[in-house]
Amino acid sequence: MSTPAGERTRGSLAAVFFDVRVLRVLGQVVAILALVTLALYLQDNYQANTRDRSGQSGWGFLDEPTGFNIAYADFRSTQPVRDAIWVGVRNTAASAAVGIALATAIGVTVGVLRLSHSWVARKAATLYVEVLRNVPVLLVILFTGAWLQTLPRSTEAYELGGLIEISNRELVFFGTTLNIPYVALTAALALYHGSHIAEIVRGSIQAVPLGQTEAATALGLSDLQRLRFVLLPQAFRIGLPPTINQFLSLTKNTSLGIAVAYSDVSSLGFRLIGARSPALQTIIVLMIVYLVFSLTISLVFNLLNRRLQLVER
Amino acid sequence: MVGIPAGFPAADPELAGLVPPEPEPPRFPPEARLTPRQWVRANLFATRAGSVLTVVFGLLVAYVAYRLLWFVLVSSNWEIIRRNLRLFMVGRYPVDELWRLWTALYLLVGLAGFFSAATAANVEQLARAAGRDVERPGPVDGLRRYWPVLAALVVLLSQTRTWTPTLLTLAGGVILLATRWLGRRAPGLARFAWLAALVGVVAAALVMDGPGDAEWSKWGGLHLTIFVTVAGISLSFPLGVLVALGRRSSLPALRAMTVAYIELIRGVPLVALLFFGHYVIPLFFPNTVEPPPALARAMIVVVLFEAAYIAEVVRGGLQSIPRGQYEAAQALGLRPWNVTRLIVLPQALRAVIPAMVGQFISLYKDTTLLAIIGFTELLEVAENSVSQPSFLGQRLHTVTFAFAALIYWAGSYTMSRESRRLERRLGIGERT
Repeated sequence: MSTPAGERTRGSLAAVFFDVRVLRVLGQVVAILALVTLALYLQDNYQANTRDRSGQSGWGFLDEPTGFNIAYADFRSTQPVRDAIWVGVRNTAASAAVGIALATAIGVTVGVLRLSHSWVARKAATLYVEVLRNVPVLLVILFTGAWLQTLPRSTEAYELGGLIEISNRELVFFGTTLNIPYVALTAALALYHGSHIAEIVRGSIQAVPLGQTEAATALGLSDLQRLRFVLLPQAFRIGLPPTINQFLSLTKNTSLGIAVAYSDVSSLGFRLIGARSPALQTIIVLMIVYLVFSLTISLVFNLLNRRLQLVER
Repeated sequence: MVGIPAGFPAADPELAGLVPPEPEPPRFPPEARLTPRQWVRANLFATRAGSVLTVVFGLLVAYVAYRLLWFVLVSSNWEIIRRNLRLFMVGRYPVDELWRLWTALYLLVGLAGFFSAATAANVEQLARAAGRDVERPGPVDGLRRYWPVLAALVVLLSQTRTWTPTLLTLAGGVILLATRWLGRRAPGLARFAWLAALVGVVAAALVMDGPGDAEWSKWGGLHLTIFVTVAGISLSFPLGVLVALGRRSSLPALRAMTVAYIELIRGVPLVALLFFGHYVIPLFFPNTVEPPPALARAMIVVVLFEAAYIAEVVRGGLQSIPRGQYEAAQALGLRPWNVTRLIVLPQALRAVIPAMVGQFISLYKDTTLLAIIGFTELLEVAENSVSQPSFLGQRLHTVTFAFAALIYWAGSYTMSRESRRLERRLGIGERT
């Protein structure tokens, strides 16, 4: 397609610059060049700013000793930065995995309760959802941490049948000892994201056509059977994609562990920068860690999602 | 004659969204009035499982309510809130300059009152011109819509030690009522609402940016929280729309750049990006140039972060526009930019209003993360005030956090209710 201006000057050099196709290519080339120039300029400034600081360039810092201990971990200050990051990655994974499981359990329970026969249970579930969903997650984490601090000391720990023991230092759960920062972060994330998942669960159950409920009732299924065999399996398909987003968001929110002194990878990164690790490289490592977590979770659950979807003609 | 009814310019894209569709006459059987006894049977003890749930949750709710009342009325010392209320609200903003904040508040309240009333009157007028009945909301509707914010305001004012803040707040209420009264009489000015919002926000920011500790980079408390939220929304929204258009563009280089940007930002937590803004961005500036203040760097990060999420929301809307809309617009001879501006974007944005408000709410809640890199916004004040000498070692964290939670909750809950209301009024998500 050529513009009227192009027709008049056909054959001349000017015509080339009025051609939309040429302009499109040219515009993109200019944009890429501008981006590359900006990147080079920033890199130049960065190098000029960090030249006179030792240990600020390259990746050698990964092998330097950290100079600090990590609470609740078998880690000495003489061990290299590399190992500290690995401790952080494991802690992030531990909190995210348990948080996802608990949040799902809470979400399904509360979501189902919001549709129960009992007015009291419905209102209680609504209250939980509307309170938790509308406060910042950092506040939930800080509040949980502060509340756990008001528990008695370990010598006077609360006990529950000898299997569960909780104090302001640790939670002993069927023989497993969990430190309080971990408990605070994981419980808070489960409560917060559980309220979001509850809304997804409720929406998905309501999205199952009413005829399914009626048919199940007509077959003589009880309330629980109807839920277990008819509604939840179909709701699961509808609700899985938004739930995956909640899982991703929960994993990223483990980075708020710093607020309760939990040694997740972000708060260790923060401490490493304070202990003279180069900021840019440390943050790049953090970003790579989170991108790997995000991609793994999307991959696993999207495979599940694909297997679950109905195959249509 | 087939066509548009007289006096009803149906082609106006703004109007298409604002006038609710004519409701169908209800076709339900007449509602059965339950006696209290029947209601209890139907809603509390309908089935055996339902009865168990009622008893269990009845006890649970009673226990939680008892603990909550005990916490609020008996066990907690709210003195820390009373003594630090100004810190919670405006951080270290100097007392002598507080008039700036009240002036800015009155300006915004006045503009909001005037233009909300003018817009409502305008919509009413158009609906009446189309021959529809209009229900005018009364003051009770206002109370019902904004009760969380009003309740939080009452709690706030109950913690003040002098009458001045209460009187100044009441003056704000009078301004609101007066400007609403004026606005109802000027429906024609409704079309300037966006311009007024822009001018109002900029003017308010200029008034509030005072000398010394009143400088904008030193703001704190709820004031900072609201500033970051409003500035963040107004900057990240246009950027997000542009990025979404870039992602749907037919230019491969542009598409690749926007996809890389969106996916990179969305894969990383905001905390890591805030660290980046705090530590690394200053290193990108040449020695000869003073890097921007810490708050500006945090704002850059917040805007870039939210824009990536908003772009994905807008993309959802863009994808929901049928091809025929593009083709029809092109057939009318519109230029590509006008196809987007006049036909596609208005429909796409309208379709994603609920998701967009959800994103704004999450920005409001995300401002708390500024506490982690050392800004004294509302949550940081709640965390810090307990280590003041007179309150040290009294475990008042739960008290200050509960107070901050009330304020965050009131704002967020009101926004989410308003979004649901808008959703219903625009008929989004209803299958027809």
